[in-house]
Amino acid sequence: MSQSTEIAPMAAGNPDRLTGFRTFWHYFSVNRGAVIGLFVFILLVLAALFAPLLAPYAPDIQDKTAFLRPPAWQAGGSAEYLLGTDAVGRDMLSRLLYGARFSLLIGAVVVTLALTGGITLGLLAGYFRGWVDVAIMRVMDLILSFPSLLLALVLVTILGPGLFNAMLAIALVLQPHFARLVRAAVMAEKSREYVVAAKVAGAGHIRLMLRTILPNCLAPLIVQGTLSFSNAILEAAALGFLGLGAQPPTPEWGTMLASAREFILRAWWVVTFPGLAILITVLAINLIGDGLRDALDPKLRRS
Amino acid sequence: MSIKVVEGKNIKRDYHVGGGLFRGARTVHAVKGVSFSVDKGKTLAIVGESGCGKSTLARIITLIDPATSGELFIDGNKVDIARNGLTKEMRRKVQIVFQNPYGSLNPRQKIGDVLGEPLLINTDKPAEERRDLAMKMLKKVGLGTEHYNRYPHMFSGGQRQRIAIARALMLNPSLLVLDEPVSALDLSVQAQVLNLLADLQDEFQLTYVFISHDLSVVRYIADDVMVMYFGEAVEYGSRDEVFADPKHPYTKTLFAATPRADVASIKARLAKKKAA
Repeated sequence: MSQSTEIAPMAAGNPDRLTGFRTFWHYFSVNRGAVIGLFVFILLVLAALFAPLLAPYAPDIQDKTAFLRPPAWQAGGSAEYLLGTDAVGRDMLSRLLYGARFSLLIGAVVVTLALTGGITLGLLAGYFRGWVDVAIMRVMDLILSFPSLLLALVLVTILGPGLFNAMLAIALVLQPHFARLVRAAVMAEKSREYVVAAKVAGAGHIRLMLRTILPNCLAPLIVQGTLSFSNAILEAAALGFLGLGAQPPTPEWGTMLASAREFILRAWWVVTFPGLAILITVLAINLIGDGLRDALDPKLRRS
Repeated sequence: MSIKVVEGKNIKRDYHVGGGLFRGARTVHAVKGVSFSVDKGKTLAIVGESGCGKSTLARIITLIDPATSGELFIDGNKVDIARNGLTKEMRRKVQIVFQNPYGSLNPRQKIGDVLGEPLLINTDKPAEERRDLAMKMLKKVGLGTEHYNRYPHMFSGGQRQRIAIARALMLNPSLLVLDEPVSALDLSVQAQVLNLLADLQDEFQLTYVFISHDLSVVRYIADDVMVMYFGEAVEYGSRDEVFADPKHPYTKTLFAATPRADVASIKARLAKKKAA
């Protein structure tokens, strides 16, 4: 109580932005898992940003004297290579740190693409209804009716393997979820009186869509965006594992897994660490997503 | 010499309800040929129960929905939005205040932007001037300049309704449609908002179409009264005429159903209770 009265005068300049953030943080921090997830995610971002400083070696430098060296704490391991080396003598730790860059890049690019496409299509469908709605949503249903990985596979085989094409394919596969979400929210908001009021004030279609309706549809999108972020990383890893995503020697986690497949029995670390990295990242982001849902969805909010 | 600000002639509105698998399509006549006119500076109250078509009529007058048939004149010009669309000039002339003050303000828009938006869209006044006008209007409706940068959720229902009224007046409309503007407010706030509306009417020579189901409110604010019943205007006349001598049976039941809160009637009711 005393704390809030102390902060209040400071917040006078822009009271709502700050109180808004404070209530958001209040609800978000109740969910302990989400806070841990956020913490892990921040560590990951830092690791990706400072990979050249943190990594002991460059990701593609090979040490011909140290093939499949086990991690430091195992017999035969040395402090030189903390997490061991892979089949061609590259340091696992360095590759994992650089790999974080690719995973986060994939997540960011895919979510941006899917969000832009989904918002545009969903907004048009929900606002205009009629045949526009039917045309857009049937195509979305068509995309949704395929198993997502299968469709991504088909698209990548058409476009040709590679990291960028994989991202494009995944974005296309994830995009209908956003479109559906936006359409539903737009339909709900469109009949509200403030939209009619804006129309009576003379607002045109573009203004109504972008300035009046869209800002009120964002909360579920943020949640879906986070969850799609982890989904994208997972699917990119799967494509990489199947040899259609990032191509070796790119230190992408899925690709690393694929090239380590034959050593599963002999050298557990080459498979385990990239797998763990994917698991931890996806888990952290999913936890954040859950926390965001709790904090942003008024229906789940205890008042 | 009085000028007719709005005039409706035989306005009809039908809704087509699409048929399902086992039911044919049918047509609902929401408004069945209503005629009215309001002079400048006067108030026409439209009274009726829920679903009698008064809100449909309000949307037609506000040029949100087109009428199925009939003629609507605003400031003497015939308006037909279904056929000719709507010019900006026409759009500015009619504004509306909604019933629910919680739904009629965009939750993500600051009050200043709520008030400035109509000016931004319809005029090319610079930001500075829009700001001044919005501030002036805030004061006019009984709010302060410190409210300019706040969001709608920080206001009470009565304050929000004041903001909604301010927004409607930003464009200097010649006609203001009030769709049950005080029904969602509690009694003391109702009185404040009604007084505000009466003051504004005097100051700007505003013309009101006031939709309501509350007869005591109507008696306070109206010059003319129209009673609607199942889409038809069953009674139309000056306030005193309608209140003193209701002709239609529905109007009579409506008046009889109004709760009386004066001391005499309460005493009579208590005496009746005691006797029973």
